[in-house]
Amino acid sequence: MTKSELIAELSAANPHLLSRDVETIVATIFNEITAALSRGERVELRGFGAFTIKQRDARTGRNPRTGAAVPVDEKVVPFFKAGKELRERVNRGKSA
Amino acid sequence: MSTVTRAHLTETIYTQVGLSRNESADLLEAVLARMSTALEDGQSVKISGFGTFSVRQKGRRIGRNPKTGTEVPILPRRVLVFRPSQVLKAHVNHTAIPTGDDE
Repeated sequence: MTKSELIAELSAANPHLLSRDVETIVATIFNEITAALSRGERVELRGFGAFTIKQRDARTGRNPRTGAAVPVDEKVVPFFKAGKELRERVNRGKSA
Repeated sequence: MSTVTRAHLTETIYTQVGLSRNESADLLEAVLARMSTALEDGQSVKISGFGTFSVRQKGRRIGRNPKTGTEVPILPRRVLVFRPSQVLKAHVNHTAIPTGDDE
């Protein structure tokens, strides 16, 4: 499922809303999560999961083609941990 | 470290879209619910500019209780993984935002 499919389905389920508004709502959610992570904050959505950032130290990497050592700077990576409810639903699957 | 919750996201939707607070909360819930159902079905959810949530099948392996050292079988299971997009990675690092095709 893509973002546009998500918007289309939510619009169909909420006929009283303009699809432009649904688009804004979906964009707002992901923009807000992005902004929070950029500020170094975490986003916790009970039942769904938590978005956090993790600090990665600088390291010496290798160009996999040439084998040459390449310095990799320290960086921050976004991380998502599924919440208990979602984790269990995904593991169980719908068919089970 | 401060934490952003449903209440914050609801408030942002309320101010940006002009729906009532109740309806803003309902829509946020609807977005999360629809994404959850897709993932439960084993589908990937791909949000361009943000990242991709996908379901990965893991095989059976032998784990170990780290405290006692006893071997415990870990049964095959399905886990959710999130791959952040290049755009999201750039944002959190405050580096230049890549343009063009985003995976």
